[in-house]
Amino acid sequence: MTTIVTDNCKGCRFTDCVTVCPVACFHADDNMLYIDNLVCIQCSACIPICPVHAIYADDDIPEDKRHYIEINAERSQALPVISDKQDPLPGAEERKTALGY
Amino acid sequence: MDAPGTAGNPLRVAVVGAGPSGFYAAEALLKSGQNVSVDMIERLPAPYGLVRYGVAPDHPKLKEAILVYAVIARLPHFNLLSNVAVGRDVTVEELRAHYHGVIFACGAETDRHLGVPGEDLPGSHTATEFVAWYNSHPDYRERSFDLSAEVVAIVGQGNVAADVCRILAKSVDELKATDIAEHALDALAASRVRDIHVIGRRGAAQAKFTNKELKELGELASCDAVVDPQDMELNAESVAELEVKSNFVSTKNVEIFRVFATRAPTGKPRRIVFHFLKSPVAITGATRMEQVVLVRNRLEGAPFQQVARETGETDLLQCGLLFRSIGYSGVPIPGVPFDARRGVFPTQDGRIVDGDSAVVSGLYATGWIKRGPSGIIGTNRADSIATVKSLLADFPRLAPAAKDGAEALEPLLAARGVRVVSLADWLKIDAAEVARGQPKGKPREKFTRVAEMLQCLDGP
Repeated sequence: MTTIVTDNCKGCRFTDCVTVCPVACFHADDNMLYIDNLVCIQCSACIPICPVHAIYADDDIPEDKRHYIEINAERSQALPVISDKQDPLPGAEERKTALGY
Repeated sequence: MDAPGTAGNPLRVAVVGAGPSGFYAAEALLKSGQNVSVDMIERLPAPYGLVRYGVAPDHPKLKEAILVYAVIARLPHFNLLSNVAVGRDVTVEELRAHYHGVIFACGAETDRHLGVPGEDLPGSHTATEFVAWYNSHPDYRERSFDLSAEVVAIVGQGNVAADVCRILAKSVDELKATDIAEHALDALAASRVRDIHVIGRRGAAQAKFTNKELKELGELASCDAVVDPQDMELNAESVAELEVKSNFVSTKNVEIFRVFATRAPTGKPRRIVFHFLKSPVAITGATRMEQVVLVRNRLEGAPFQQVARETGETDLLQCGLLFRSIGYSGVPIPGVPFDARRGVFPTQDGRIVDGDSAVVSGLYATGWIKRGPSGIIGTNRADSIATVKSLLADFPRLAPAAKDGAEALEPLLAARGVRVVSLADWLKIDAAEVARGQPKGKPREKFTRVAEMLQCLDGP
């Protein structure tokens, strides 16, 4: 089982997800967040709370976003945990609107 | 006198309840950078609340949240006092005397009532009872459920309903390697349950399942998921709801229901049958429940504000067993204001308030007893962080006098003959449970009685 963050997070980084993660499995760089699936307990709390539907699990992961499985696996190992809500990136609201959310 | 939160006068906080919201509150306090000590007080000998006694045994991954709580429990200045019931062994007044702040994280321990005639007939139960029973909760050890019934109704369409459904639908072979209670496994081995009807008062677009839990119900080895294609003809308002992009969870649920509706039954021994737009109005039977009367509903109102209204048209469902899973309610504790209508401790920003919205100094709440039974495990983390933020902001206004916390509480409890179970004690019980499970290939075999847990510490 796998839950991943995908490209809708880029340029947004609303970080609502980290406030509901029971196990602090989110990692971040300046662009987006990544899930460490070695820690994630697949509770899916983060999926509905993401304002731009950037997070997907298992067979719901769209075909064109499946490469993010590997990206999440790699980047989450290299980056620090983020467990507190942070301000969204500048322009996040505009991007959210542009994405149709 | 040093200010509270300094080395000479550490802020002493009691957290009542050792479930997810309690542990997240403890974590937020202990990682606040202030000089805080936390005493967590738990009614049962075992900590972890609904992760231990609520999360379904066939979802072991979810139970791994416990690993995080076990780490929090080892933080400096954390102290566990289990097997201590607030309101029975110690009063709220006493806690207020010995702590600067008290955070109630005691959850919602009872189910809401349907409020229909016959609800209390034998055979009609709450989902909570069943869930607690198969999870070895000591308060529910002696319950019994008539699994000779071939037809079962579950009222409610959320994740607890899904859990009950799966436990009834799965074969014993599918459950025997989980930490399900031995007594439940034995009873389920003799189950004659064939049809499980899952009843929702609104439509498929308003069902509260998470996508994953719903999909799982369609992937069971020995159970078909059945949806009447007619139920997938949604009203215009529901269609409008599904067109809103942020409503993607419901949209996905409807997609999953549509798949179920197109499937031909495969002849598996059990069936889960979804019903929409129906509410129970009566449960009838001579000496025990034999049938439930369901009234058909229609939806009324604008998108996202649609409510179920009875049409007066009724159906009868013959069934020998019914579980209601329509929400939970907290239980009052003497000395704490209680909102009986909502079943919660009334709060403002996590601070407990009295009827006239006056803040009761030093009392706080988090988790289900604060916001009602909503969200999943992680939702409590954000909730507890918010409550602790209020408590820390109140620091300067909290009683400046030094408090003695557990140093005063432990002798008090000892004098009352209360056997406090410490973290070290719990670790012994924990290890014994794991050892009991090993020969059976189970991750653990929980003790099902408080006396058994205490025996494990003190001998017979």
